[in-house]
Amino acid sequence: MGTAAVLAIEEASLISLLEKAKKSLPHASGEFVLDFSAVHRIDAAGLRAMEEFARFAHKKEIQVVLRGVHVDLYKALKLIGLTDQFSFVG
Amino acid sequence: MIATEVLKKPANSEPAAEPLSPERVAYLEGLVRKSRMAAAVFSQFSQEDVDSIVKPMVLKGLEQAQHLAKLAVEETRLGVMEDKVIKNMVATEFAYNYVKDKRTVGVIREFRDRNLTEIAEPIGVLFSLLPITNPTSTVLFKCIIAIKTRNAVIFSPHPRSWRCCHEAIKIMYEAALRHGAPEGVFSCVESPTLADNAYVMKHKDVGLIDATGGPGVVKAAYSSGKPALGVGPGNTPVYLEKSADINAAVVDIIVSKTFDNGTICASEQTVVIDDEIYDAVLKKFDELGAYVCNERETRLLEKSVIDPQTGFMQPMAVGQSAVNIARFIGLSVKPDTKLIIAPIRGVGREHPLSVEKLFPVLAVYRAQTVDEALRICVDVNHAGGLGHTAVIFSRNDEVVRKFGVAINTGRIIVNSPGAIGALGGVYNDLVPTFSFGCGTGGGNSTTDNVNIYHYLNIKRLARRTQNHMWFRVPNQIYFNMNAVENVRQFPSRCTVIVTNPALEQMGHVDIVRRHLCPKTHIHVSIIPDAEPEAQVIRQGVEALSFYKADQIVALGGGSVIDAAKIMKLKYESPEADLEELAAPFLDLRKRVVEYPSGKPAKARLIAIPTTSGTGSEVTPFAVLTDKDRGCKVTLADYSLTPDVAIVDPQFVISMPKRLTADTGIDCLTHAFEAGVSNYASPYTDSNAMQAIRLVFKYLPIAYEKPDDEEARSMMHNAACIAAMAFSNASVGVNHALAHAFGAHFRVAHGGANALMLPHVIAYNAAVPAKFMPSPYTQGYVAHKKYATVADLLGLGGQTVEGKVALLISETEKLLDRLEQPRSIAALGIPKADFEKAVPEMTEIAFNDPSWRSNPRMPLMSELSDLFWKAYEGRGAFRIVSGTETQAV
Repeated sequence: MGTAAVLAIEEASLISLLEKAKKSLPHASGEFVLDFSAVHRIDAAGLRAMEEFARFAHKKEIQVVLRGVHVDLYKALKLIGLTDQFSFVG
Repeated sequence: MIATEVLKKPANSEPAAEPLSPERVAYLEGLVRKSRMAAAVFSQFSQEDVDSIVKPMVLKGLEQAQHLAKLAVEETRLGVMEDKVIKNMVATEFAYNYVKDKRTVGVIREFRDRNLTEIAEPIGVLFSLLPITNPTSTVLFKCIIAIKTRNAVIFSPHPRSWRCCHEAIKIMYEAALRHGAPEGVFSCVESPTLADNAYVMKHKDVGLIDATGGPGVVKAAYSSGKPALGVGPGNTPVYLEKSADINAAVVDIIVSKTFDNGTICASEQTVVIDDEIYDAVLKKFDELGAYVCNERETRLLEKSVIDPQTGFMQPMAVGQSAVNIARFIGLSVKPDTKLIIAPIRGVGREHPLSVEKLFPVLAVYRAQTVDEALRICVDVNHAGGLGHTAVIFSRNDEVVRKFGVAINTGRIIVNSPGAIGALGGVYNDLVPTFSFGCGTGGGNSTTDNVNIYHYLNIKRLARRTQNHMWFRVPNQIYFNMNAVENVRQFPSRCTVIVTNPALEQMGHVDIVRRHLCPKTHIHVSIIPDAEPEAQVIRQGVEALSFYKADQIVALGGGSVIDAAKIMKLKYESPEADLEELAAPFLDLRKRVVEYPSGKPAKARLIAIPTTSGTGSEVTPFAVLTDKDRGCKVTLADYSLTPDVAIVDPQFVISMPKRLTADTGIDCLTHAFEAGVSNYASPYTDSNAMQAIRLVFKYLPIAYEKPDDEEARSMMHNAACIAAMAFSNASVGVNHALAHAFGAHFRVAHGGANALMLPHVIAYNAAVPAKFMPSPYTQGYVAHKKYATVADLLGLGGQTVEGKVALLISETEKLLDRLEQPRSIAALGIPKADFEKAVPEMTEIAFNDPSWRSNPRMPLMSELSDLFWKAYEGRGAFRIVSGTETQAV
């Protein structure tokens, strides 16, 4: 298992950061950590991008870990069935 | 123009849903998915976010009210455009007025005095079926309350009102989106079919169905297996009672029944008019533009507007004007006729016009009496209108209330128009709505006007409440040698001394007699030295009544004092049913039976104990033997507590050794059990601990040196102090076991307690197999309290477990010193007899209320186990149940 790559996510640039993360994913070894501690709310486009990112990671067989997810956001992810696609820490 | 579309069919004639094509399934799945996403985004919104969306939506709705009303009338060809404008405005403005300041996100209400907090949780995705009769107003209303509650809605309009509904949804959606609502929060099924509706209704991601429409739609919603709000048809009865303001009532009825050509399902259907005002009412209707049919015209009307096959209204008439209906059936009326009135003579299939008519045709009935009027209204109510709406016009509040009790509808509108009154917020303080909950009578789950709270899951944070506790004892307790002299201070015209023969022979009665107030007339009531029976109580009450006693002195042991308590109760409240008062209870403050209260006391009760154990002189308990039923009846109420207790050791100096030991152990058991009780408080603890200390110190002395005045005095005090503790903290499993065993094998109460005591201490000190639910305690502390007792007695020990073991050992030593049999076997009870008795004793012990406050909830098997431990005797500290095995 390799070292975890960590990418801090900002609310305002969630979609572009997820795109950037997608590019890094194929080179990641071990788990890939997205730090969500600065994200308080995600809109529909952001949730769709999260879904897309989860699908992509699944295809690449990379374990994606979301760090510091606030509970309101966690509930939103739960409502659309995305919590099963990620691991959560912190 | 007469509409020809099918509006309503009975539920069983709904066509079966066609199977859906894969493309259609994909389309519907897309709608649900979009809504689910919107709901997920919406769930993150704050109250401020939500409120900033709602207001502009409402303003947009008001702005578009006329446009939408026109569309609705053009498309549905039902109703009146001007009225639909009003409906649209009510649906927005009145709805907003109600919701604007209400919290619907996070904490929505606090009930500080009840330690409750209500928190809102959105439902998520709602599926909303829309009616043809009130299409755009219903959309406006539902959109506003959905946004206010952070829900996404998929709308499915009636096919004949799809375009106007779609337009209303679009207007609301755009307004919401513009002010920050999540994308996809509202959507509308294109060309909806029954199959589409059935599919979405059953979809796992749809949280609630809100169906407004005909019976078929409502039935489908409730049959879907999903939570549903279904609002169906009504049949509004109206009682126009003789005290009513006729002019006002007639205007209100015309306003309501002609509003949007009668399409609101809460509008008036049959008006029952008192005979005295019937003619005047019809005259007023005529004056104000109604046409009153004669009998032939009524027959013609009922044949035309009611389907003779189904008994339901003809769809073609729905939402049409009175003039159009008259023209259609060939009735000649003035061109400005507002309403057609048809007198009927009853309710039911033989009287077709007694059903719901969503058009300006009103049935009227002439009633000879109030009761007849109410009966006819009930009949109308039951002819398709259960749960919906009823109306009464009356200035007699008694009649209004009678009507309210008789009629089963969610809304009973008084002296105002039914249709607009039921909508709420206009003529009354009902919650504004466009969905009327019709209760179980209408197949609905609520009778409410549906609004924001029905679109929320309301969660309740229930914090642990601090229950009020108490410490109640007689307000005067006199103690120490010659304390009996204090009886002199209580004035009395006639005192009855209740005592037993032995005490009289010993001269104790004379001592009391000497100290009573000199002018008192004294009567002595001698009762047997045993637990009182009904006959003894009866005779005592007769004596009290005969002498008109104003003071009772109970001189004796627990039985005598108990008898006096019950005599006083029956003397002051002859109607008191002792059997009923002895009914079991879990919590004294919540029990079902109530003791007589509020009556002035006829007699003061002074208790003078002649034993040092029961503490009956300060307790609220009394035990009566019911010979007929062969059982004991325990009464418990603070009203039974004596007014004065005299704890004078001179009456116990001559107590026999065995009685000294038995009653002393009873006192010790009271103190131990009160000490670890779930009802224990700092007040009872102080008494329990002090009593235990006094017993360990003075009981052996009193037993071994009966003449030791100090020991006698301290034991007498200990009994009273322990009783003050258990009067307020109750006892426990030791007493439950002792009661059952003592009664079965006729063993004295103290001796029975002694056999159980070490085992019960070990049992309560161990980790319970089952914890006792108790709002009064925090955590399990019985073992720590026993350890505190050990410390108080200076027994040593390093750990809680060690201290408990030392306490058990010390208790065993005390019992040995008192020469108590240390096992049931030692009493000479054969094992076979005991084995036979254990199941029944276990049942009795489990039914004994004594253990309800025990810190550990006894299982039947544990009670049985404790009986056997007591049979075998010594070694309690080595046979602690559960996981602990202690050794000294």
